Amino acid sequence: MIRFADVHKAFGAKVVLDGLSLEVKDGETLVIIGYSGTGKSVALKHIVGLLHPDAGEVYVDDRAVSLLDRPGLTDLRRDIGYVFQFAALFDSMTVAENVALGLKRRDLPEEEIAERVHEALALVDLTGSDARFPAELSGGMRKRVGIARAIALRPRYILYDEPTTGLDPVTSAVMDRLMVRTREHLGVTGVVVTHDMKSAYTVGDRIAMLYEGRIRQAGTVLEIQESDDPVVRQFIEGRPT
Amino acid sequence: MIELIGARAVQAIEAVGRWGHFMQDLGRAFPDVGTWRGPTMVQLRRVGVDSLPVALFIAAFTGVVLALQASYTFTGTVPLYFVGTLVGKTMMLELGPVLAGLALAGRVGASMAAELGTMKVTEQVDALETLAYDPQAYLVLPRVIAGTVMFPIIVALAMLVGITTGWLTSLALLHLSTPEFLKGLQLFYKFKDTWFGLFKSSTFGFTVTLVGCVVGLGTYGGAEGVGRSTTRAVVYSCVLILVLDAFWAVVLL
Repeated sequence: MIRFADVHKAFGAKVVLDGLSLEVKDGETLVIIGYSGTGKSVALKHIVGLLHPDAGEVYVDDRAVSLLDRPGLTDLRRDIGYVFQFAALFDSMTVAENVALGLKRRDLPEEEIAERVHEALALVDLTGSDARFPAELSGGMRKRVGIARAIALRPRYILYDEPTTGLDPVTSAVMDRLMVRTREHLGVTGVVVTHDMKSAYTVGDRIAMLYEGRIRQAGTVLEIQESDDPVVRQFIEGRPT
Repeated sequence: MIELIGARAVQAIEAVGRWGHFMQDLGRAFPDVGTWRGPTMVQLRRVGVDSLPVALFIAAFTGVVLALQASYTFTGTVPLYFVGTLVGKTMMLELGPVLAGLALAGRVGASMAAELGTMKVTEQVDALETLAYDPQAYLVLPRVIAGTVMFPIIVALAMLVGITTGWLTSLALLHLSTPEFLKGLQLFYKFKDTWFGLFKSSTFGFTVTLVGCVVGLGTYGGAEGVGRSTTRAVVYSCVLILVLDAFWAVVLL
């Protein structure tokens, strides 16, 4: 379980998280929605210890993330796969090397690494792309390699940062299907940060809206769709003020 | 005014704190040999082999100019075989290490700052962390080790090339014989001339690569930020090389 407990975070004078409290239950996919710049990605980075809160705490399986030392963080990160907004692939490595990189930290035999890379690429429909470099891939393919890199680790949690941003509607639908398939195949707990409502309704078990640094409303997809909160309604309907 | 001075003081203290943290993290990453061993071999080749042409090119022409300037200065007053003395001493003690250091600050320091800066702004450094790699062990240590080890080797070859071109110039243009040039070269030679230059260049290598990494990993603000970091790394490295050069002269000579 992932739990945000009254998390505060500011960058200089700009307050980004202002008392964020939220729980992600084991096995569910929680989608965090909200306007651009409201701190959705910042919240995600707190889960893996890339950022630390100014006050409050983030717990992953009751481990207080900000209190972990380097070996503790390494252990935590072995349980988490992170899919970055622009994939964050290593330019100098091939697709297969990118996917294998995290596995090499786990002292696995070469054959098992090769097998897992093959399996992960097959799951994201990229079989045969092993030897290609990131520069030779489209945006959607890069994101799929990012997912393959995360799932090859067989993590307990997967965090997706804006997985459909910048993609055409068809490729977005492919990404949504992939996220659903990943959950079904691996049974992982997922946190998806997005402002794409179509995607949120497709992949989410629950949706939480982040607004002004805290959760404005959290609930099932149906509860959010039927919300009478004007801020939530305006966002999900995409109405300008 | 007071507010401005206070703000600058706070910035300076923060910068010192950041460097302190960085060095502490670097020391902590050192026992993680399994992570830095592989990338270090790649960096040794990149820093060493790839930097050699520019360092040797500079050294070759410096040797020529040194021989000609020595001859111009000594004519009629000092025996011409002192050309060998001046070329040897200057290449080993000063121009070999410093010119190669400054050239490599431009080449190695800038490339490291740009590469790590790009990795930082495209979240590749964050990605490494989430894959349970320590960026200090995977990115920084290999580069710093490569700089510290390869700079003296490059400078040793640069010294050799500079002295050789100085000798060839003496033969061809100054009508000095080889025994005369060698006599001058050996006249005041001390082993310290060699190790001082090589030790100094090792500290230059450490500094240039460390600055490139610190500045690169501190990059923010997209392509413009990468450009800013690259320039900053070269400027800081060049200034620090000159300061270190004077420091070692005061301490060791």
